[in-house]
Amino acid sequence: MSDYLYVGKNIPRSIETDKVTGRAIYIDDLKRPGMIYGKILYSRYAHAKIKHIDVSKAENLTGVRAVLTGYNIPDVRVGFIRDQTVLKKDVVRQIRDEVAAVAAISPEIAEEAIGLIKVEYEELPGVFDPFDAMKPDAPLVHEVDVRGKPIRSNVLPLPWRFQAGDIERGRKESAHIVMDTLSTPWVTQACIGTSGCVAEFDSNNSLTLYNQTNVPFWDKQRITEYFSQIGLEGKRVRVANVVVGGSFGTKLDTDIYEFICIQLALKTRKPVKIQFTREEEFQAMPPRQPTHFTIEQGCDKEGRLTFRKAEAILDNGAYTSWGATTPSVMMMPMSSLYRVPNVSFVATCVYTNNIYCQAMRGYGNPQATFAVETSMDSLAKEAGIDPAELRLINCNQPGDVTPMRLRITSCGLKECIESVKEKLNWDVKRGKRNRRGVGMASLIHVAGGARVYKSDGHGMSIKVDEHGNVDVLSGGTDQGQGSSTVLSQIIAEALGFRPEDVSLTFGDTELCLWDAGTHASRHTFIAGNAALMACEKVKKQILEMAVEHMPGIVKYRFKREKRKNPDFVEPDLDYGLISDPEILDIKDRMIFPKNDPDHLFFKMDVVQVLRNGLHVGTGESKTVMAEAFYDPPTEMLDRELKGNLSCTYAFGTTGVEVEVDIETGEVKILQLLAAHDVGRAINPTLLKGQIYGAGYMGVGYGLTEEVKLRNGRVMNANLRDYKMLTAKDVVPVTPIVIELGDEDGPFGAKGIGEPGLVPTAPAIANAIYDAIGVRIRDLPITPEKVLAALKDMGGVC
Amino acid sequence: MNKEISMKKVSVSFTLNGDPVSAEVPVTWSLVKTLREYFELTGAKQGCGVGECGACTVIVDHDAVNSCLYPIPEIDGKSVTTIEGMAGKDGSLHPLQKAFLENNGVQCGYCTSGMIMSAKALLDQDPDPTEDEIRTTIAGNFCRCTGYVQIVEAIEMASGIRDL
Repeated sequence: MSDYLYVGKNIPRSIETDKVTGRAIYIDDLKRPGMIYGKILYSRYAHAKIKHIDVSKAENLTGVRAVLTGYNIPDVRVGFIRDQTVLKKDVVRQIRDEVAAVAAISPEIAEEAIGLIKVEYEELPGVFDPFDAMKPDAPLVHEVDVRGKPIRSNVLPLPWRFQAGDIERGRKESAHIVMDTLSTPWVTQACIGTSGCVAEFDSNNSLTLYNQTNVPFWDKQRITEYFSQIGLEGKRVRVANVVVGGSFGTKLDTDIYEFICIQLALKTRKPVKIQFTREEEFQAMPPRQPTHFTIEQGCDKEGRLTFRKAEAILDNGAYTSWGATTPSVMMMPMSSLYRVPNVSFVATCVYTNNIYCQAMRGYGNPQATFAVETSMDSLAKEAGIDPAELRLINCNQPGDVTPMRLRITSCGLKECIESVKEKLNWDVKRGKRNRRGVGMASLIHVAGGARVYKSDGHGMSIKVDEHGNVDVLSGGTDQGQGSSTVLSQIIAEALGFRPEDVSLTFGDTELCLWDAGTHASRHTFIAGNAALMACEKVKKQILEMAVEHMPGIVKYRFKREKRKNPDFVEPDLDYGLISDPEILDIKDRMIFPKNDPDHLFFKMDVVQVLRNGLHVGTGESKTVMAEAFYDPPTEMLDRELKGNLSCTYAFGTTGVEVEVDIETGEVKILQLLAAHDVGRAINPTLLKGQIYGAGYMGVGYGLTEEVKLRNGRVMNANLRDYKMLTAKDVVPVTPIVIELGDEDGPFGAKGIGEPGLVPTAPAIANAIYDAIGVRIRDLPITPEKVLAALKDMGGVC
Repeated sequence: MNKEISMKKVSVSFTLNGDPVSAEVPVTWSLVKTLREYFELTGAKQGCGVGECGACTVIVDHDAVNSCLYPIPEIDGKSVTTIEGMAGKDGSLHPLQKAFLENNGVQCGYCTSGMIMSAKALLDQDPDPTEDEIRTTIAGNFCRCTGYVQIVEAIEMASGIRDL
């Protein structure tokens, strides 16, 4: 490690200096010549028939350029299972259903025009609870499917049934069995930069969508499919990201506002911007899905897990996005967090008239880990085993193949549990029931990509010019996690240049090679590996160029020297030292013979070689450029939902010490230790930033955050009532970075974007139990719930 | 919105990042709208428009304010500093800007302008604040990425409490 100049170092984010000078261009800042503004009218009811829409007043308002409804744009189904249209007609199924849209010369006029649209509804009975929605007489959210066949149930036809081993055998082998029921709320990503895009058609009807997506190429794919259905078949679609103001999952799907913006741009022949207000961001961005779990677990006398059986009910909301696929990730902790031989997990996604759900940091894992890790503590109590010990007994190990067929390569879970235990002073502090308590929870997550599509690849191209500039095009995106800095370190290290030589362009589908998306904590691992492959090729080209040109450069130097000084005697050099690319190397932008790194004449600035060797120097068609496509050796899940979908897995343990005020019910976090098996830290400061940020979001999930819906409407659609932590809510987070290296990761690194959030809430819940003997089974653990639970058990503490 | 009111304009003269400026904008515009639309300064962001997120924070005279709530007629005669006025004339970064880059006080960066302006208003008045004072100062600036830890540290670095 110590040999590295940049990897493992705290390189500042200087590549993003525009973010501290106000010059970074986010979607709010983007202006295109002649741009006008789009605005969306949402439904007034969560479930209703649209009887009539009168847009005449809006159309006649000065400055309005277009008014669209479901009745004047093509009736095309979009979305993950094509269960919605862009603008809704006849029926609305959720409060955020897009009923009409306006484009006008100013945002104010667009807003005024929206207010002038009159929609006549006939309200229908709605269903707002997944258990109610599963009853035989429940109102149906959808009447027909994409093929026009009648739908008879609100249960989605998604096959989330995982079985491994034999639950009954596991039950028989158990000395202790516990059962828990748990629930988790809607929470929202609440990016500080709100959603939006700018759609612009050129004279050939080619579209550029300026966007802030995580998945530029899937965005392009979905819009291209949409084009083929609206008479724009064969037209080009370019998705180009501006600086992204936060993501946390929001930008994983192509949202309806993007299609609306495209329709408005098509209609008006002008660039159109849609920019969400904060209220829209709460009301119309799909949140993390709420879940209800029952989980049963057993262990034998020695504490070895015998079986785990769980069922989950997910409130899908009115339409289907990626939220409905989160059970595929829930299966990971369900089947593979700790060694458990017999597993059954069934998840049911249910349509309701609530707002539909999507992806959020952790993608189902936080909910499932809350269930698993609560159950682990219940089981520890039942079996009379220390909860940390129970976890160590069942700890995942390198070389394990889990019931889901995940192949565990590098695994530092044991180290994580032990370090948390030690630093928390677990043995002294646990079990006191003195209103102070300690708890822990662990995690497993994908950390080497996630093969959710046929390709989990990433394309990267690297060009080096005659000035030593390294220009990188990456199909991924940087939504703030720091990929630009981390990749600049990886590329500088691998190429022998400096991070400041590297410039990255992300997420422009016209320039960059294909990428599966910046999700699943995959970017450092996958793009990092693509970078290593591309760097190897580029470096080879430069070294070949060096072999060709270095002797000439040195001799020219001597010639000049001789001209200046006739007495100069050319030294007798061994040109064999620079005769083969294999025996040369580059470091810190200096090229040198490996056998004599400080050679007086053969160590030279690589730019000298590039100036001589490239087209400008030779007049020949010489360039230094290479591309690489890295796709990890992994599998998609098979019909049984098994398969090694990631090249490696992240493990971690969060340990928490809390103090509970039994008068007010308030929970104070005295310390939060977040131990993460990260493989190798490319940039420790940035890595800790991911742990801090995810840890805070996890504390919010555990204690304060909840999107409150009443009859399908978000009741706390603002930053005052949606309780995110502020700087005043001090949570002393201490990251513990476990670096064991991963043989497949770039310089040994594994993904870290999501893991920090995953075990935080259950660790807090377990610590609260240790403090006061009260088990809270539904998040968030508010003071009201703590007081109510204390009251239930007679105030004993 | 009443059309007649929205059409009525107001002329204001004030100091913007050290330069005397004047503008004639609709009387209903906020300071952030004027900065963004009239002066084309992109640093202050409108993250909520109701004074809750802090992304629009600028300094008026000596106080950090939510520029989305600041009525434009009231700016007349005052002095406004935005993130664009932080760096030196030669482009050299202010210690706060440097510290935010060094210590990962920036992630997505959307809150950063406001966060730095809140911090600057504090450090201008108290160059040696406690952690609690720093946290109180930025309590009105939401950040969803960082958990505030490295932001607080960056402000401490810029104030000289921590080494850069």
